[in-house]
Amino acid sequence: MEINKFEDVFEGKLAKNEMIEPKDWMPENYRKHLIRQISQHAHSEIIGMLPEGNWITRAPSLRAKVVLLAKVQDEGGHGLYLYTAAETLGVTRDELLNNLHTGKAKYSSIFNYPTLTWADIGAVGWLVDGAAIMNQVMLQRSSYGPYSRAMVRICKEESFHQRQGYEIMTHLAFGTNDQKEMAQDALNRWWYPTMMMFGPPDSESPNSENAVKWRIKRETNDQLRQRFVDQTVRQVEYLGLTVPDAHLKWNEAKNGYDFTEPNWVEFKNIISGNGPCNKERLAARNKAHDEGKWVREAAQVFAKKRSEVYEAA
Amino acid sequence: MTTKEALFKYILRIGDTNLILGQRLSEWTGHGPFLEEDLALTNITLDITGAAKSLLEYAALVEGNGRTEDDLAFLRNDRQFFNVQITELPNGDYARTIARQVLVDCFDFYFYQELSKSKDETLAGIAQKSLKEVTYHLRHTSAWLERFGDGTEESHNKVQLALNELWQYTNELFEMNEVDEILIKEGIAVDLNVVKTKWEKHISDLVEKSTLIIPQNVFMQTGSRKGIHTEHLAFILAEMQALPRMYPDAKW
Ligand SMILES: [Fe+2]
Ligand SMILES: [Fe+2]
Repeated sequence: MEINKFEDVFEGKLAKNEMIEPKDWMPENYRKHLIRQISQHAHSEIIGMLPEGNWITRAPSLRAKVVLLAKVQDEGGHGLYLYTAAETLGVTRDELLNNLHTGKAKYSSIFNYPTLTWADIGAVGWLVDGAAIMNQVMLQRSSYGPYSRAMVRICKEESFHQRQGYEIMTHLAFGTNDQKEMAQDALNRWWYPTMMMFGPPDSESPNSENAVKWRIKRETNDQLRQRFVDQTVRQVEYLGLTVPDAHLKWNEAKNGYDFTEPNWVEFKNIISGNGPCNKERLAARNKAHDEGKWVREAAQVFAKKRSEVYEAA
Repeated sequence: MTTKEALFKYILRIGDTNLILGQRLSEWTGHGPFLEEDLALTNITLDITGAAKSLLEYAALVEGNGRTEDDLAFLRNDRQFFNVQITELPNGDYARTIARQVLVDCFDFYFYQELSKSKDETLAGIAQKSLKEVTYHLRHTSAWLERFGDGTEESHNKVQLALNELWQYTNELFEMNEVDEILIKEGIAVDLNVVKTKWEKHISDLVEKSTLIIPQNVFMQTGSRKGIHTEHLAFILAEMQALPRMYPDAKW
């Protein structure tokens, strides 16, 4: 009886496009779905710092170094907003981090690919941040208030990242032959992994339906993937590069491109731990966390000592 | 040595110190002890690298033969770098990174105070901007020195060890040579003896407040004013300069 009334209020808010706030009643599976989605997103931001951070010390100009440092820092900031948003749902950051470090939690599979050349930094900004924006723009209007507000800030910064990434690609694509080759090679390697970022085909996506119903998602994986391809092909053409898909073809009837699906067997392997960098990424996170333990302890002990001194005075 | 040559060398000294310190600090980005501190240290790294860029830009302008700040950063050899040696040492654990940063931040704080009065307007301008940033850096790193010193036994031991090992590199910060002599006469350079007195007092108070001890009777390392470095610098440059050297015709 009671639950039903709460549920009516909740459904009513969804129907009226109103936000659900932390103190509001919400169904347990809505809460669980959000915790999973927001924390996965937070983990992706933090893990994403690693492949890009990989090139900070080797950025080829001082300007590029500053821009990349700021970008990687932004991603850390995104992680922080998102952990904070997840905490409003009644989990602690320690629990979430523990899930990440033990391999229990997932994060975006894209960051299990290596950044092999400087062009990968361009490709990641352009394609990966570009795909992230496409996924995330709709989340600015998601039904859960703290998530939605975090996404407004995040999306603004992601579009900077995309522009900066494309700028790197522009320098390369219009640069020397070696640079152009580097750009094409990066596109070849990042094209399909980026398409995987929208998730498995709708026919095989177990979480999509509820997510759309709850306004945590607004478009399906396949719709987003199509939009990404249509938008990106034009950018590839401007750069004078080639999409690594022999079957890419404009389809007048659907007003979009026909394209080759990414290799979903590879995708499944990468999300279950078999990608080229899964182990390294987790090991790097664990190392930083473990080596930071005494630092966090020192800060806690010091704060406690000082508050005791303060109380005694 | 002409005034112009002296000025070029003087700016390189400051610019290189920022560049190499920023390069070292940037190794922490994404690997910090916890997220908030990762972001805070990266902020410091960004400020320092930004200052390096402005300074090398100005050095290139003073030199006046068409080189850019990137040419200076990426195409000079280790013997042509004038950063103080303490900046090129490996980061070590977080206690060592913080200890080094406090020592350098404190130097920069008093150095930029003086330099912002320089008759060279460009240097004075850069110093004024950096002073604002360094004031915040020093606050941040001093707070950590105190936390480590008066935190756990482990943190205390780690940070004391760091001070003991870094101390031998501190005298280099205050060394003066012909470059300083020429530029002090012109009202451009800073008298580092003035900075040294203030630095010693500040560090001594801070170290004491952190329940730590300043190492005594330490033999001081030297060399950077002549472009002589530790073994670490050549490795830093090999990594940092790899791309521009591999693709000499490329623009990025
Ligand atoms: Fe992000
Ligand atoms: Fe981003």
